[in-house]
Amino acid sequence: MQYLDFSLLSAADPARPWTWSFVAITFAVYLYIGWRSRVKDSKGFYVAGQGVPAIANGAATAADWMSAASFIGMAGLISFTGSDGAVYLMGWTGGYVLLALLLAPYLRKFGHYTVPDFIAARYYSETARIVAAICAIFVSITYVAGQMKGVGIVFSRFLEVPLEIGVVIGMLIVGFFAVLGGMKGITWTQVVQYFILILAFMIPSVAISSMLTDSSIPQVGFASSDISEKLNNVLVELGEKEYTQPFNSFTRLNVFCITAALMFGTAGLPHVIVRFYTVKDVRAARYSAVWAIIFIALLYTTAPALGMFARYNLIQSMHNARIENITIQNGGQTIVVDSAADAQREQLRLADEGVAATPIYNLVSTEGKPLDWATQWQLTGLLKFDDWNQDGSISLKLMESSDVDGNTVRKSEVAKIDKDIIVLSTPEVAGLPPWVIALVAAGGLAAALSTAAGLLLVISSSLAHDLFVRFVTPNATEPQKLLIGRIAIIFGILVAGYFGIYPPGFVGEVVAFAFGLAAASFFPAIFLGIFFKRANRAGAVTGMIVGLAFTLTYIVMATSHKVMPMFFDGPLMAPENYLLAGWFGMEQGISPQGIGTVGMVLNFVVTITISYLTPPPPQEVLDLVESVRVPKGSGEAVSH
Amino acid sequence: MQQYWRSNLRIVAVLMSIWFVVAFCISIFFIEPLNSFTIGKLGLGFWFAQQGSIFVFIVLVLAYALLMDRLDRKFDVDE
Repeated sequence: MQYLDFSLLSAADPARPWTWSFVAITFAVYLYIGWRSRVKDSKGFYVAGQGVPAIANGAATAADWMSAASFIGMAGLISFTGSDGAVYLMGWTGGYVLLALLLAPYLRKFGHYTVPDFIAARYYSETARIVAAICAIFVSITYVAGQMKGVGIVFSRFLEVPLEIGVVIGMLIVGFFAVLGGMKGITWTQVVQYFILILAFMIPSVAISSMLTDSSIPQVGFASSDISEKLNNVLVELGEKEYTQPFNSFTRLNVFCITAALMFGTAGLPHVIVRFYTVKDVRAARYSAVWAIIFIALLYTTAPALGMFARYNLIQSMHNARIENITIQNGGQTIVVDSAADAQREQLRLADEGVAATPIYNLVSTEGKPLDWATQWQLTGLLKFDDWNQDGSISLKLMESSDVDGNTVRKSEVAKIDKDIIVLSTPEVAGLPPWVIALVAAGGLAAALSTAAGLLLVISSSLAHDLFVRFVTPNATEPQKLLIGRIAIIFGILVAGYFGIYPPGFVGEVVAFAFGLAAASFFPAIFLGIFFKRANRAGAVTGMIVGLAFTLTYIVMATSHKVMPMFFDGPLMAPENYLLAGWFGMEQGISPQGIGTVGMVLNFVVTITISYLTPPPPQEVLDLVESVRVPKGSGEAVSH
Repeated sequence: MQQYWRSNLRIVAVLMSIWFVVAFCISIFFIEPLNSFTIGKLGLGFWFAQQGSIFVFIVLVLAYALLMDRLDRKFDVDE
């Protein structure tokens, strides 16, 4: 949770009026589209009437897929991970190859509304439907909470609106077009949101590329310029490792496992799969996958360039910055001191009075420019400085120091830097005009809202279509079904908003692992359902349960102190006990982020073995498999 | 229809092999030796891991759509 001190923000931020107008205009457009595409039946509500053109579905899929994390977080993550950042780039794009070649066309031919629909029909089991629906709800809720928090951060940083109110505004906007228009409303707003977010991502990237390299195309500047060499040299000088050297952040085994878990998880995520139900036929499903990966690749090939440029730029402007003064806020009173020693004294004095105060460093770069953006980011709590060697400047060099226990540690004078800052601060660090900063804010909101909407629809369809209508009110009429769908979406929005404002410890942890869980549960069940006729109910249900239980147990044991801090002080399973640690001379075992790959292999093995040991599936299921393998006749959705 | 499905499987198998080689062999297992070659100022392995693989993925998805179009017409299962 970030705490903002609004009294300190300068009222004359030139970007603010721009940001307000961009946000207002884009929100008005979303509301208008939501109103225009309101739906009257549940087919429109769940699969947009299956009339979405391939290119529009491609753009919508891309917006659906690229979340607040892709937009705000990923370039920053790569920026601090260096070469191994490729796990995110390949993981989140390579999964589309799996989706396009192995799942999407067949699922479109099958033609029902949800992933649990397919699992239930293929494995002739309502138990399988319930398991799949609960998995879908669990994955989507943890994921959507992160989006809502993203909305809150953008509002609080750029518009001085408290985080909670930002989240509520986001909920109202998403609620309006999702409740009225269902999948149809969501699809067409996502198309618009794609173009806003990609523009907002490309403009600062092009600007920083032209500033630092000879080329204004970031992908070209990335490879042709000498920034990589310069950055490597600077990092070595600062006592860190070279940026382009592989396996600094993860071992080779983990790079492999994490990449695979992200790929297979991407292919198994219900909110992405369901987008392919909205197109006209199998051919359109294939081509919308082509458009989707092109649209996604535009951002994903730019991100590593932006990450590298931004890291270099950040070091250049922050390293050895002089401390102009340090302000400490005590209630309504601002104390201004000149040095870190004085700031520390004030802090201790206030601590005696029971006030926890954070010193805000006002810095001036080595070129004599005041670093206002650094001041602003400190107010959000995402950036912290500590001039512990008290030389009146901020050094990024790793220097030896002793911690509270007297042990020697190596640290710089940047006490904290959140990776989320990288994309959002690039325009300010690079000194771009205020309207670019405003556009980035609107882009971040578009990314967060479009993904949130897609996830909410999955939550709604799982709750209403897969569970409630089937098991509680099987005789519901068409208008009643639509009403239940709408109520479920409102319920989803309220839960998401609540978790966005009060994130429980597990949400942040689980989001990172959602892919592993999806890889270990959904992917094998769907894949074998299409490509392996012999797969039967007993095999698939045991396989899903084993894959999911194994992966979840491993993750929870490795992160028990973060997931359940009230019960555990440390992890139940220490890193030295990770799977394969010590084998073949490897120092580190498989990290919880990559364990989904193992869970998936287990799922495959269990499903195939048990399927051979138990009777084959009935004839009508074999006919179903035959029919999804042939594109012809996908025209109409089957509505049970 | 058996033949249609077998041709489909062949296309998928070839494209998925390319996917595996680019994503795992080039970008992970053999990244260091490949980094001794360069593209622009970047190591080839690094470039593939952060850029090249994604371009290959686009080509694979596009190739699949085009090849399947042809196959569908040949077996008259298109719409």
